[in-house]
Amino acid sequence: MRVPLSWLAELVDVTDGATGEQVAAALVRVGLEEEGLHGGEVSGPVVVGRVLSFTDEPQRNGKTIRWCQVDVGNPDPQEVVCGASNFAVDDMVVVSLPGAVLVGGFAISARKTYGHLSDGMICSTKELGIGDDHGGILVLADIGVGAEPGDDAIALLGIAEETVEVNVTPDRGYCFSVRGIAREYGHSTGRTASFRDPADRAVPAATADGVAVRVDDDAPVEGVAGCDRFVARVVRGVDANARSPFWMQRRLQQAGMRPISLPVDVTNYVMLAMGQPLHAYDLAALDGGIVVRRARPGERLTTLDGVDRSLHAEDLLITDGADDPGSRIIGLAGVMGGRHTEVSASTRDVLVEAAHFDPISVARTARRHRLPSEASKRYERGVDPDIAGAAADLAAAFLVEHGGGVADQAVTDLDGRTAPLPVSLPVDLPARLVGVPYDPGTVRDRLVEIGCDVSGSHGTGSDVLTVTPPSWRPDITQAADLVEEVARLEGYDAIPSVLPQAPSGRGLTPGQRRRSSVACALAGAGFVEVLSYPFVSPSVHDAFGLGADDDRRRALQLANPLSHEQPELRTSLLATLVEVLRRNVSRGTVDVAVFEMGLVTRPRAGAPPARRLGVGRRPDAEELGGLDAAVPDQPMRVAGLLAGSREPAGWWGPGRAVDHGDAIDAARTVAATLHVPLVVSADEHAPWHPGRCARLSLADGTLVGHAGELSPSALLALELPPRTCAFEVDLDVLLAYAPDVTAAAPLSTYPVAKEDVALVVDAAVPAAEVERALVEGAGELLEQVRLFDVYAGGQVEQGQRSLAFSLRMRAPDRTLTADETAAVRQAAVEEAARRHGAVLRGAR
Amino acid sequence: MSAPNSSYDPVQVSSLSPDEVEAAVAAALAAIEAATCLEGLKSARLEHAGDRSPLALANREIGALPPAAKAEAGKRVGSARGRVRSALEARTAVLEAERDAAVLREETVDVTLPADRHAQGARHPLSLLSERIGEIFTAMGWEVAEGPEVEAEWFNFDALNFTPDHPARQMQDTFFVDPPSSGLVLRTHTSPVQARTLLARGLPVYVICPGKVFRTDELDATHTPVFHQVEGLAVDEGLTMAHLKGTLDHFAQAVLGEGITTRLRPAFFPFTEPSAEMDLRCFVCRGADAGCRTCGGTGWIEWGGCGMVNPRVLVACGVDPDRYSGFAFGMGIERTLMFRSGVADMREMVEGDVRFSAQFGVQV
Repeated sequence: MRVPLSWLAELVDVTDGATGEQVAAALVRVGLEEEGLHGGEVSGPVVVGRVLSFTDEPQRNGKTIRWCQVDVGNPDPQEVVCGASNFAVDDMVVVSLPGAVLVGGFAISARKTYGHLSDGMICSTKELGIGDDHGGILVLADIGVGAEPGDDAIALLGIAEETVEVNVTPDRGYCFSVRGIAREYGHSTGRTASFRDPADRAVPAATADGVAVRVDDDAPVEGVAGCDRFVARVVRGVDANARSPFWMQRRLQQAGMRPISLPVDVTNYVMLAMGQPLHAYDLAALDGGIVVRRARPGERLTTLDGVDRSLHAEDLLITDGADDPGSRIIGLAGVMGGRHTEVSASTRDVLVEAAHFDPISVARTARRHRLPSEASKRYERGVDPDIAGAAADLAAAFLVEHGGGVADQAVTDLDGRTAPLPVSLPVDLPARLVGVPYDPGTVRDRLVEIGCDVSGSHGTGSDVLTVTPPSWRPDITQAADLVEEVARLEGYDAIPSVLPQAPSGRGLTPGQRRRSSVACALAGAGFVEVLSYPFVSPSVHDAFGLGADDDRRRALQLANPLSHEQPELRTSLLATLVEVLRRNVSRGTVDVAVFEMGLVTRPRAGAPPARRLGVGRRPDAEELGGLDAAVPDQPMRVAGLLAGSREPAGWWGPGRAVDHGDAIDAARTVAATLHVPLVVSADEHAPWHPGRCARLSLADGTLVGHAGELSPSALLALELPPRTCAFEVDLDVLLAYAPDVTAAAPLSTYPVAKEDVALVVDAAVPAAEVERALVEGAGELLEQVRLFDVYAGGQVEQGQRSLAFSLRMRAPDRTLTADETAAVRQAAVEEAARRHGAVLRGAR
Repeated sequence: MSAPNSSYDPVQVSSLSPDEVEAAVAAALAAIEAATCLEGLKSARLEHAGDRSPLALANREIGALPPAAKAEAGKRVGSARGRVRSALEARTAVLEAERDAAVLREETVDVTLPADRHAQGARHPLSLLSERIGEIFTAMGWEVAEGPEVEAEWFNFDALNFTPDHPARQMQDTFFVDPPSSGLVLRTHTSPVQARTLLARGLPVYVICPGKVFRTDELDATHTPVFHQVEGLAVDEGLTMAHLKGTLDHFAQAVLGEGITTRLRPAFFPFTEPSAEMDLRCFVCRGADAGCRTCGGTGWIEWGGCGMVNPRVLVACGVDPDRYSGFAFGMGIERTLMFRSGVADMREMVEGDVRFSAQFGVQV
């Protein structure tokens, strides 16, 4: 909402010389946030001039300029070059003299142009910042302003005036008016008593012979009647050529609206002044009385913006029809009028509507038709139902005064208003909630100040006040709303700073601590944490090479995605992490190791919709269970991608390219951080390389994730570097399995015995299986087994390979003898032989 | 070797004469001193202290002396050999030290050759800042609560007193899940975690809820459709706006530096009443520079929204508003990071360029 300072000053006493900045600061204090200051850009000598004479001088460039002599109140005429030609001798114009600064910081000085020394400039409304007209210069007679040469045009036209723009929060619909802003300014500056209410005018009472209006709401939204007040006034014989006065046009412009015609300007002006949306109908185009009703299936309306709209049964309509009342639709109530009854250049008789419509009904219609209008914006946030009569009366008075019309004596006022409901306020509640010891008198005075009717004594702190909010504050419905009023009028800066004492807490949960540890461990392993948006294109599933029935294709869809190419929520982190890798590579980082920790969304088949529960009580367990069932699974994952070199080349020698093992190692780092043993086995799982994909699982077989090298076809489709490796694991699974407490085993200080064994096995037997056989065969004296060499070649049969393991053995209570060590080794080898046909190398 | 001389026979043995012994010692010492390397010293030792050296030979002659002379000669030769042995040890130590020093000299490398064999990893500063905020509040006894990102509309809006047709609900620029009848949205704030917390935990409650939130804004230097918020919620007996302000002052100072204070301004949020916007004292000029570009000369920077929990929210979550009151606040973590670390363009936080995170390492 934009408010010119002079308009504000009309309704409330403003400190003399107050700047826009000072006014804005006062409004911020009571909750109207400053959005900007406008105007005030023009300064210096800008005066009224009378054109004494001019000569048209055609130029070589095809233009014709005027060499003008203008009386600006000095003994000698001012000589200026002017490019416009829409003026005559003796016209009064506005001349900016050297030293003036116009809109956009345009400084005026005497300058040589077109063969003359031009000593100033004749101005257009645009250059003066008071209009959009740049086609010609401003002739004062055209805007009905009289003046003498030499008069200060800045003061005369209000050119330097500042306009304050404030952001109006949704609870303060009444502040979409100068009336509301002025009241708030009064509250902020202690000048509430000086507030002059524009709605405070004598209004003629309703008569029986006014235009017939009927409200016929057969389907109230949420049980609330769509229209509880409808005032109609008629002004006849309005001069079709009459224009709204300059001051009104100027204020409309300052408020951000365009002047259009007298009837439209008047309705807009009154709306800005009071906050009451008005609609002007061409009376001649109306067909009989007005019926306010809901739309019927299949009905359509072409609104003022020229759009043909299909109507919804909840839309509240303004209709007419002499033969069949309500048969013709002439407007969407409170949102926008229709074309049939629009005021036009030929309109002589005007019907002014000032109505009060249900905020929810208007909000839904405006939203449904994507038609936010100045009217709907106000109705949605609440319009004062008490001012309809005054607003219509002021509009009628303007049409009479400036359009030469005559107002009908007949007045229609269909009045079904309900009184605001009183709110009980324990008089000590503001002090208890805000932490400032307001005394009961202050509480009562502040509530009266904002317009409440307050009853009930306030002698002691325990008293309860009965507070009826004013008609313009439909947002006040509970005691806490009144507390805010007291607090903001007394000033939020009066609130002290006191640190509350929370009860002793337990710190972070084990899951929270462990997630942080995992992220730090990965960072320690050289991975960089990144974040990616969860939005994906379904094409990523194809690029990954997922099967048609792969679960990961079952993604949650957004109804209104930012990009229609990415309507899905990710079902894996890798789906969005690949884009991050691609971006880094394209920016020249070739050795990349990134990871992300975050949620993925895995919708459940057949999940019920999330019900909209009530809010007047705590939902029961069944209702909450229903919501839980509706919300999709969102497991916490961690995933990483590696490309390029894992270890860089350098003066020490060549680097080491990333391989599948690095991805598996990273997953092991994650699991090891959580003390969860991982079982690694071969798997085929897109998008991984079918021969280089490790399945990671818990000892009980529960799937944790996958790691390895990505498949060449996926890398090609995703435009990623060759041999890129990846891992993705489900942290929730690991966290559920992580021990709450880390148990410590005693350390044996007896000597360690070492044995190496080289086993020849079929090359298809996974090394991990051979290792497991050794471990299980060796028994508990085996402290550690480690594969240290793999050999296939001349000394080993085709199709076989030799796996060399080192065994470390130790007893907790004694030094192992050579016999014991040999027995352990033999048991281990025998188990590997039994399970996998392993043969000690060289034993054959 | 001579046989033991059991009867006294005072034959003079020339090699045991004081002069001879002294000459042998002198020769030995000179040779030891002249050795410049361990090899040379070894030769000197063999020659002057070895089995065939004059002193060793002289020593053997002692057994042949009559008993009366044995003591004296033994003493003389023993002393001589001792002097030679000491000299050998001393020279050995010197030469070994020289050799060791030479080895170390030879092994010298250029330690300024690059040693960057492993890439340095890093955390994302938004994660680090979230964790830091968690520390600040857990240190005061608060706990950290979390909730789903795809959320029931009821939790995101209705429970928080956003009525279905209220303009505030439209202002949130919500991502809706298809079909809209699913009743699911991408949470527009972390406030639904407040409602979940109140429903799940006993009172009193002091929690913060950090997390990812979603609004249908296009990405630019100051907006991102996916961003992070931290909300705070305290519900207890006797809580007031003064406690809200105290908490925010402490928080601001812990994150942005000592001396930073907050200012409350009246505002509107459906889930708080009274409501306020919280501004921070400009951490650059602290209100002292009318030309400050960070705060535009106002001395204040908008940080987030806050207020006393609306009694309707308490009722919807089963809390008796006549007995309990509470306060809530929420601010963007991206915005806080911009303030704290001087990040000028929000896009750098979301694009995943490793160079951005790498600047922070594991500390924000």
